[in-house]
Amino acid sequence: MIQIDALSKRYGGFTAVDDVTFTAEPGRVTGFLGPNGAGKSTTMRILVGLTDPSSGSAHLLGRHFSQLPNPGREVGVLLDASAQHGGRTGREILTLAARTMGLPKSRVAETLERVSLTEEEAGRRVRNYSLGMRQRLGIATALIGDPEVLILDEPANGLDPAGIRWMRDLLRGFADDGGTVLLSSHLLHEIEVIADDIVVIGNGHIVAQGTKQELLASGETYARTGDPTSLGRALQRAGYTAEITTEGAVRSDADLATVGQIAFDAGLVLTELRAADGAGLEEMFLQLTAETQRDHLQTPEREAA
Amino acid sequence: MTTTTIAPEPAGPAAVRRRERPVPAPIPFGRIAGIELRKMFDTRSGFWLMASLVVLSLAATAATIIFVDADNLDYEGFASAWGIPMSVILPMIAVLAVTSEWSARSALTTFTLVPGRGRVIGAKAVVTALVGVAAIAVAALVGAVGYLGVATVMDLDPVWNLSFAELARVTLASEIGMFMGFMLGMLFRNSPAAIVAYFVYALVLPTVSSALASTNTWWAEHATWFDLNWATMNLYTEMTDKMWAQLGVAGLIWLIIPTLVGLRLVLRSEVK
Repeated sequence: MIQIDALSKRYGGFTAVDDVTFTAEPGRVTGFLGPNGAGKSTTMRILVGLTDPSSGSAHLLGRHFSQLPNPGREVGVLLDASAQHGGRTGREILTLAARTMGLPKSRVAETLERVSLTEEEAGRRVRNYSLGMRQRLGIATALIGDPEVLILDEPANGLDPAGIRWMRDLLRGFADDGGTVLLSSHLLHEIEVIADDIVVIGNGHIVAQGTKQELLASGETYARTGDPTSLGRALQRAGYTAEITTEGAVRSDADLATVGQIAFDAGLVLTELRAADGAGLEEMFLQLTAETQRDHLQTPEREAA
Repeated sequence: MTTTTIAPEPAGPAAVRRRERPVPAPIPFGRIAGIELRKMFDTRSGFWLMASLVVLSLAATAATIIFVDADNLDYEGFASAWGIPMSVILPMIAVLAVTSEWSARSALTTFTLVPGRGRVIGAKAVVTALVGVAAIAVAALVGAVGYLGVATVMDLDPVWNLSFAELARVTLASEIGMFMGFMLGMLFRNSPAAIVAYFVYALVLPTVSSALASTNTWWAEHATWFDLNWATMNLYTEMTDKMWAQLGVAGLIWLIIPTLVGLRLVLRSEVK
């Protein structure tokens, strides 16, 4: 369980995170979606106590991160897979984490296997790792303490499609076991595929949040009827958009029930009624962030969110 | 749009397996210190930096045996030979103990596993100080063994003219150098900047100070109160109470106060 309340972070006159409030529930994967520099990484750093907030609070399992006696055993964190000393081997980095948490040595080999890093790869120095291997090692560090909460910043960066699928299954299993997962991404497809709940952030503000279904439902409706022109006019009279597609169907921003009701009232027979294709998160994401994104293309804090 | 398999609906709250978890025990300080010690050795550069201490004390002992006349050979000669490389390498070890976390950005992991940054820095300070003592002990031992070997082979009567008190003072002088490095590491949190700052501290400032002393009589008489290097050099002689007081004052100005500033920076600044 992660609770973020009215969190703000200002750097001089620039507000990186502005009154962010959301909750990540146990048993669910919460996706934190936003373009680069939107404030995702800053929010996550505040969450784990690496950055002090200007105002507001962040709690994990009902406590502030610094109050966790042995954080690695309760909260698995991956903020930046490249932030490791390149001269250490993967196994060494994982061993350091295991020892800090007071875990048995055997856990290192088990966890390496869990993230599909081979013996040979684990013995290599991290400077020779690909980004995908670093991500696996970072996820291993987060998982090794068998935590209740996972906080992962852009964990799918550098993973190939098979790797992304592997991670999706892993996070799904973790959440199904009652764990809480918060992962950020600027890649919409990833979030759409992995997350149950989605929080969209743009320029420090939360611009939308809800379950994936809710957010996707705000897309358009696709309807087929014998007389598309009449249906389109009826929709427009009711104050909705309507356009006729090349295949002679009607596309509208009214939701399914409204389109059905309007068609019924107009005495039109619907032969098909469904959410329109392409009304995915991507459109919503671009729509939601377009305006906020344009204002501050040059932000003082050039963070690789 | 490509198709993907639909992930199963998440189980409802009732079905979520409630995992009863005991609150883990806090991380003991000794464990953190052990981890920090391990981190000093577990990279190739760290390992060779540590190994160089042993290699250099061997080299210094060998050089003393080769270049010093048998008649003039005494244990103090060995001690001053290994003292020089120690005074360069030990502060570097102290600098890197702190700065490598920031330069390699591994601080991100370190401080998310141990959020009490003060405990991590404390652990680093303790193991750094211990490494300093261990290095001097190894060098003293290597020197003694070398001297004993030579004395036996050449049938000399070994002169053990380095008292324990003197050795302790030499160790303290090395620890002050390490303290300097550690403090600068905290202030800069960047390896190259802190190393450069150390050499300014250890080489440039003393030069400026002695130049000043040669033209200004007041400074020549009172500099030991304000010049840490000067005050530390006295450790290689018999220390009077006044010298100890001078060391204390200079240490307060050049070590303690900047350490407080550095600590505040380390504890409060953002880790990125």
